[in-house]
Amino acid sequence: MSETSGVLVIMEQAGAGWHRISSEALAAGKRLANELHTSCSAAVLGTAESLAPLTAELANASLSSVYAVEHPLLARYTADGFVAALQQLFSEVQPSHIVFPHTYQVRDYAPALATRLGQVLLSDVTALHVSDGIPAFTRQWMGGKLNADYRHRGSGPCLLSVQAGSFRADASTSASTPCEIKHLAPQLDASQIRTSPGEPFREAARTVDLGSAQVIVSVGRGIGEQENLKLVEDLARALGAELAASRPICDAGWLPMERQVGSSGQTVAPKVYVAIGISGAIQHLVGMKGARTVVAINKDPDAPIFEVADVAAVGDLFEILPALTRALRP
Amino acid sequence: MKIVVAVKQVPERDAPVRVSADGRSVDSGDTAWTMNEPDAYALEEALQLKERGEGEVIVLSAGPERVESTLREALAKGADRALHIVTPEEGPASLAARDILGVAQLLADAIRSESPDLVLTGLQSDDLGAGQTGVVLAELLGLPHATLVLSVETAASGDAKRIRVKRELEDGWFQHIEMPLPALLTIQSGGNRLRYATLMGIKRARSKETRNIESPPAAERHDEIVRVSLPQRTRQTEILTGPANEIAAKLAERLRAEVGL
Ligand SMILES: Cc1cc2nc3c(=O)[nH]c(=O)nc-3n(C[C@H](O)[C@H](O)[C@H](O)COP(=O)(O)OP(=O)(O)OC[C@H]3O[C@@H](n4cnc5c(N)ncnc54)[C@H](O)[C@@H]3O)c2cc1C
Ligand SMILES: Nc1ncnc2c1ncn2[C@@H]1O[C@H](COP(=O)(O)O)[C@@H](O)[C@H]1O
Repeated sequence: MSETSGVLVIMEQAGAGWHRISSEALAAGKRLANELHTSCSAAVLGTAESLAPLTAELANASLSSVYAVEHPLLARYTADGFVAALQQLFSEVQPSHIVFPHTYQVRDYAPALATRLGQVLLSDVTALHVSDGIPAFTRQWMGGKLNADYRHRGSGPCLLSVQAGSFRADASTSASTPCEIKHLAPQLDASQIRTSPGEPFREAARTVDLGSAQVIVSVGRGIGEQENLKLVEDLARALGAELAASRPICDAGWLPMERQVGSSGQTVAPKVYVAIGISGAIQHLVGMKGARTVVAINKDPDAPIFEVADVAAVGDLFEILPALTRALRP
Repeated sequence: MKIVVAVKQVPERDAPVRVSADGRSVDSGDTAWTMNEPDAYALEEALQLKERGEGEVIVLSAGPERVESTLREALAKGADRALHIVTPEEGPASLAARDILGVAQLLADAIRSESPDLVLTGLQSDDLGAGQTGVVLAELLGLPHATLVLSVETAASGDAKRIRVKRELEDGWFQHIEMPLPALLTIQSGGNRLRYATLMGIKRARSKETRNIESPPAAERHDEIVRVSLPQRTRQTEILTGPANEIAAKLAERLRAEVGL
């Protein structure tokens, strides 16, 4: 078997810059390489023009190599294009560990890539620890109610994707001399690409900007029925707060989608965020972690939302809310 | 259009969770089970596609005997027939003994025998949360795929051998993608409104066919679960418990101060 070459991080481009989780994946990759006493490299896919400024920046990020995987067919993301290109990169580089940011794009192609390599991707990793030279990777089960530590087994590369907000992007440690940028032009043919993606679009213009709200009252599935929303609206009024919700409330059409907080909704950073009947799944947390004070009301003492709460009210929202609203009225 | 929908049975959301004595799995002794939520949306999308044209909806699940209740629920909502890959609750041939690739291989074998035009899965399972089985299946079956799909339409060209889907991107963006059939889609929740099973549907389900498929022994896993634990709290949290009006009074005081009422 040929020599493997350490940790390889697959960075994701977004617009003219990086997808925000890319730098967190890079931090995770560097830490893993450090603890395994091996090297860390990074790669990014696109066209030669779009990659030039990005790889120049990466060359200064204390890495052992930077790979620019360039092809006109990579101008627009497709799973077929990315899987084929990365498979060629890996056979050239032979990495022992491959780290991805857990983005929607990675969700779309990395499992297929792992399958093509005869491997299994450890998706949505929140932590890693190395003991006796063997890394273990933590994933969440049951919407964050449990942590499960996984190890890779057998030969071949270990693939993992890291969750948003789990690894701190390191303060740009600028290397004294930039590392080498290696260019790879994968063999790709338009006939290999089976899907035709359209341009991204937004639905209607947003009429509420939760991003600038100072106080937010947010409601989740614990509210049970649409009619019960009145309880939450009353509290929001008493606090002069904007109303927001978790995804299932918007999925059911009880509140408009523009009031959804989380990875597929809005990102908010109010002074106070009151989470009512929300369990605290990671896709919700990434949208509200920036709140200064988090108050959570939930009947389940082990609800993951309490892990990020400053004030945890353990009880039945149907009893607490009316009393709370009454107590707040002048 | 012949559509296979993969549905997974998962613990009810409010079910309490306990780590097993071995510290490496979940104790599901008295768990109540339900259909994985995005899978219910996948089933709904399949039923609506069928209602718009012609075709057949086949539901597929791998798991122990208890998954029959989830398959029956799908049949009661309108699926035409069911495939049940029967795995033991525990031991070397159980679902837990298989990794994502192993489970996807079970599903792929069953799907191949049906040669469907469209395969739908949920985006992600509520228990393991891998978000991968659909895409792995697409690769195993050699099908083009799209993930995070909210709705399925016929292609703009009107070509019956192609579809156009609306998919969710991050931060409130969307995108259309076109692809040829057969194809695989992973369905995100919220694209349609879920129906309830009617009494008539429940009655009809009794006469619908469920085919049991034996499961081969598990292949070697590519990963290993070494520890399952409850997460540690990281913040300094003020915990309020007790009678509701006492909690409310303390909350009101704190909120007044924080909000500046
Ligand atoms: C790709 C992807 C993107 C996603 N994007 C988002 C997103 O942007 N935003 C988002 O929110 N989710 C998103 N989700 C969904 C997310 O994973 C969770 O499913 C969702 O956040 C759960 O919503 P919830 O907390 O309201 O419901 P549940 O998880 O069902 O929680 C309900 C909570 O209410 C509590 N409760 C019940 N009854 C009472 C009572 N009487 N009193 C007090 N408490 C009670 C329960 O203990 C429970 O904790 C996404 C998922 C995926 C896979
Ligand atoms: N045992 C199973 N039986 C049927 N479908 C499954 C099974 N496991 C996973 N799936 C499907 O794969 C999707 C994604 O699951 P996961 O990759 O575990 O997040 C689910 O929503 C189901 O549609």
